[in-house]
This record gives sequence, C-alpha cells and structure tokens, in this order.
Amino acid sequence: MTIGLGHYLSVAAILFTLGIFGIFLNRKNVIIILMSIELILLAVNINLVAFSAHMGDIVGQIFALLVLTVAAAEAAIGLAILVVYFRNRGSIAVEDINLMKG
Amino acid sequence: MIVAALFFYLFAGLCVASAFMVIAARNPVHSVLYLILAFVNAAGLFVMMGAEFLAMILIVVYVGAVAVLFLFVVMMLDVDFSQLKQGVLQYLPIGMLIGGIFLAELLLVVGSWAIGPGIPQAIVAKIPAKISNTEAIGLVLYTRYAYFFEAAGIILLVAMIGAIVLTLRHKERVRRQHIPTQVTRNPKLAIEILKVRSGQGLGSNT
Repeated sequence: MTIGLGHYLSVAAILFTLGIFGIFLNRKNVIIILMSIELILLAVNINLVAFSAHMGDIVGQIFALLVLTVAAAEAAIGLAILVVYFRNRGSIAVEDINLMKG
Repeated sequence: MIVAALFFYLFAGLCVASAFMVIAARNPVHSVLYLILAFVNAAGLFVMMGAEFLAMILIVVYVGAVAVLFLFVVMMLDVDFSQLKQGVLQYLPIGMLIGGIFLAELLLVVGSWAIGPGIPQAIVAKIPAKISNTEAIGLVLYTRYAYFFEAAGIILLVAMIGAIVLTLRHKERVRRQHIPTQVTRNPKLAIEILKVRSGQGLGSNT
C-alpha cells in the first residue's frame, strides 16, 4: 500500500475536473468562476510538485512557485475588475459583461 | 507506511470533497471557506511529497491573502446571490458532459504513462540529499532561475499597481489640503472691513 505518483496525479486530475465543472455550473457568478480557476491552478501545482518529488528534480517546485505568483496576481486583478464592475452596474451578472465590447 | 497512506487518503479525500463544495455551495461565503479548507489539505499533500516550503507558501499566500481577499469582496459586494444561482440546472448537462470527458481523458493519461528513457539523464537540478527543502529551492531559484524570479516580482508589481488604479476613486466631497491656495492667501483675500452703522446692523451694507 505505497502511495506513488499515480495517486497524486489522480487527485490533481479530479481537482482539475471539479474546476472545469465549476466554471460551467456557476456560469452567472463571477466569484465562483474565479475560485474555480484557483482550483485548476492548484491542480496544476500538485502535478508539478508530484513530478518534482518523483523525479528528484527541484525545478518543478520552482515552477509551482511561479504559478503561485501568477495565481495571486490574477486573483487580485480579477477581484479589482469585479469591484469596479459592481460599482458601475450594481450587479455581477456575467451575461451583461459583453456590453463592454465595441 | 500505512500511516502515510492513511494521511494521504485523509488529505486527498478532504481536498476533493471541499473542492466539490466550493462549486456546489449555495452561499459564496461558504464557498470561500471550503476553498480555504481545500488549500490547507493541498498543503498537507505537499508536505507528504516533501515540498515543505511550497506547503507553507501555499498556506501564507492562499489562505492568508487570496482567500481573505475573496472573503472581503464577497462580503463587501451586496449581491443577490439567489438570483445568480438560478439557471444552474440549465448548464448542468453540458457541464457534466465536458467534465466527464475531461476526467476520462485525464484518468486515461494517468493510468497509462511511462517515463521516457532519456528523462532521468535530463534532470536539471537534482534535489540535494542533506539540505532542507527551503535551502535547495533557494540554491536554484536565485542562481539559475534569477530572471524568472525577477519576472515574478514584476508581475506582482504590475498586479498591485493595476488593482490600485482600478479601484481608487476620487470623491468630490472629500476636503483635501491644497498648499498653493494656502500660500497665496493674503489679508486682502481673507478679511473684509465694514463700517457698521448703529441701529441698522450689517444687513444693508453687504
């Protein structure tokens, strides 16, 4: 009963799928969509770290660190856009966002 | 060994269950709290894989910063979430279909993979045996990947400036100190001398 690389990859695959599923399930709620994107990036991170630990190569963990940075920046910018959008329109319904197209 | 397996299934099960609750919870505040739980359990998985530094960074960055940011935004925006929730059943079949296809493909990949023969020779930075995980990351991050590190810093700076510029607004009614107006003010602008006649007051003079 040893826990190998396949176990971690399965967990990451399930998390990734849940993230995709969450984007489709909550089409109207931008906040949940942003959280689903965070889940997807977490699954990517688990994959990178699992391969790093399995191959004995530290580079995977470095890249997981960079993915973490980008995820934090993305969350900050996304939520800032959301706050501005809510201030202008009084709702966060996704269907209305395409009003911004020219 | 059995303890390690038990902890793996504990962390993995809790992580997947709370990730499911993130997308299924009715109240977005509960979603954020489940997201925090998912990240904490993922940090446990990282510790089990030997990536202690990343696990602690995950706790600090995600639980301490990103999830709290989400929590603030969810609580600050006065949104009728029950209205946003309707139409879920409409998207359920297509979501199930695409999610199922994704899961099937990913599990097929996970079930039948093998590491290529040339890969073990191509390892860039082997994890050293006797030093801690943090030290090993530092030895590589600040030397070989220094440019990537700087790029990450620039990304964070741009994100910070962007978020501030987006959300800052100048209110009209806030009174601010205006130094040039104060400096150019002289007695002529400031005081007016009036002769007040007795019995009539200021009313007719001004």
